[in-house]
Amino acid sequence: MVVVIAILYVLFSNTQENLAIRGIESGFAFLGHEAGLPIGDSLIDYSPTRSYGYAFLVGILNTLFVSVLAIVFSTLLGIVIGVARVSRNWLLARGAAIYVETLRNLPLLLTLFFIYTVVLAALPHPRDAIALSDGVFLSKRGFYLPRPVAEDGIGLFLGASAVALVLAVMFWRWAKSYKVRTGRSVSGLRGALAIFLALSGLAFLASGQPLTSELPVYQGFNFKGGLSIKPEFASLLIGLVLYTAAYVAENVRSGIQSVHAGQIEAANALGVSSGVVTRMVLLPQALRVTIPATTNDYASLVKNSSLAVAIGYPDMVSVGGTIIGQNGQAIEIIAMWMAVYLTINLIISLGMNMLNARVQLVER
Amino acid sequence: MGNKETLAILATAVATMAASAHAGKLEDVRAAGELACGVSEGVPGFSNPNSEGVWTGLDADICRAVAAATLGDANAVRFVPLASKQKVLAVSSGQVDMTSRTTTWTMKRDSAEGVDFTSVVYYDGQGFMVRADAGVTSAKELDAATVCLTTGTTTELNMADFARANGLTLEPVVFEGKREAVEAYASGRCDALTTDASQLAAFRAGFASPSDHKILPEIISKEPLAPFVAHGDNQWKDVVTWVVYGLITAEELGVTQANVADMAASSANPDVQRLLGASGDTGGLLGLSNTWMADAISAIGNYGEIYERNLTATLGLERGVNALWSDGGILYAMPVR
Repeated sequence: MVVVIAILYVLFSNTQENLAIRGIESGFAFLGHEAGLPIGDSLIDYSPTRSYGYAFLVGILNTLFVSVLAIVFSTLLGIVIGVARVSRNWLLARGAAIYVETLRNLPLLLTLFFIYTVVLAALPHPRDAIALSDGVFLSKRGFYLPRPVAEDGIGLFLGASAVALVLAVMFWRWAKSYKVRTGRSVSGLRGALAIFLALSGLAFLASGQPLTSELPVYQGFNFKGGLSIKPEFASLLIGLVLYTAAYVAENVRSGIQSVHAGQIEAANALGVSSGVVTRMVLLPQALRVTIPATTNDYASLVKNSSLAVAIGYPDMVSVGGTIIGQNGQAIEIIAMWMAVYLTINLIISLGMNMLNARVQLVER
Repeated sequence: MGNKETLAILATAVATMAASAHAGKLEDVRAAGELACGVSEGVPGFSNPNSEGVWTGLDADICRAVAAATLGDANAVRFVPLASKQKVLAVSSGQVDMTSRTTTWTMKRDSAEGVDFTSVVYYDGQGFMVRADAGVTSAKELDAATVCLTTGTTTELNMADFARANGLTLEPVVFEGKREAVEAYASGRCDALTTDASQLAAFRAGFASPSDHKILPEIISKEPLAPFVAHGDNQWKDVVTWVVYGLITAEELGVTQANVADMAASSANPDVQRLLGASGDTGGLLGLSNTWMADAISAIGNYGEIYERNLTATLGLERGVNALWSDGGILYAMPVR
């Protein structure tokens, strides 16, 4: 321990000394300076007059946004493909196997370049954009959608929706307890959904339809107004989802295969439907194997999102790289990258470990 | 591995780091027998590997000139391609001995980032390129346009400043590498490409049909491109600075690759004699052999020849402001004496 601290101290003082010799400023003061750098895709309002710290925050949010969406979609796709791999349908199982082997054995960077250049090459110039429906356009500049705009009465509508949600949840809980008490099944989920949709629909009409939309319009160089999904973001998201889904699929497959066949046979012997067998017998046991492995894949996904620099998406690494280029303060920025990735991954492991603890076998 | 072994290895590593920090760069280069020279990842005319993998271009030739002057061998260069955001760090950390890679001399880099600039080898300025059929004649008409560019350069800041000053909204798409940025522009992802005007000309010359693209007239910045070295080694900085001045002086004096041997032997001009080591001790002032410039010029020619070979012949770039001061340009070498 003493040795480690001594070495760290030597390294630290050596770095400080070298920085001083070369006249490099250190410290985090530069984060408050005006950035002056442009960022093309930002979730929060950004302009080059904001500070370096704020620009870096834009990068962090972009990293988080793409990571969260990629985790959700890769999980859904991974489950579908993992189940398909153990399907009795030969074609489905083979197709899923080919998918998994191809994606797992290609470097992600190659997949990203492929998606980015193929998506780009195939789409038309915004002048001749593909109009999918009213206000929905697809072009080299991205995917443009109508932007929802709140009108008067939106507060009333949101309040009513919240009440509807509470009522729906209450119904769902009642249905559950009713089933436990009487043994008769009431479809709680469908009922709750119906209650929510009906009530909030009525509220929408009653409050005078307080939601309109702003349509994107082609003008000069590009579309103005509306919501846009940039090709860089789309490519990164698609690439991460396709790549990570292959790994999640393998985890799901191994989870399913880890459940002893006798368990399923015993469950089938009780004569309940196969859906119940899957939900009550197969999945709870499969998850015990699947979740820990998937935690690693989520962590890799977050780190892999840094490949964004190669295809022009302004994630944390891209923005930080620019800040290094402008200030030369690599040590500070690299420390910030490390801190943010570490924090995100610790949060992921914490969440996944809590989930894991819930599905583990409870021994009495 | 035992704890003691680990400690021993680390102690040696720390000791080596400490030792190497004190020797001068010139001695380091001589001891290594080669010059580690940072270049760009591929800008035609400046530094670009040719079909045989040999680095060509103005920046690459500056590396060769320094190697010839210090080691007597223009081929004793190890070219290290550096991405934009790596260049300053690669030099300040000692990963390369010098950098000659289309880098703009700015106050912040020179003062606060641990590097020293030597002398300007090319006076450039940032411009915009658009498709000829875009119907644009001025960069001020680019409002709402999407612009492709590279990360970690002054280019990003200049563009943001230009947009602010002219009330334009420009949407940037920022790439790590130059090639990706150019390809994205070529594929139609962006309406415009922005970087130094000389590089725009270089990239345009590489397109399948160059006449489909045009470079807009506005030059929105000053980009003096200069080689740079790590801060704090004045002798090494002098070497790189004066090799460049020597190449420019050679053009002023009419010393060329073809006549350098004759001039060294028989020129009566005292300036030429000093430059080529026939008299005086100009090499000794830098800690080099007295034939330092004769070696450099016989290997790669004078500044004008380097420019002609790399920029005029291949890209059609005129000398413009990069002509000698005596020819109406702003290229002015300090006297070699």
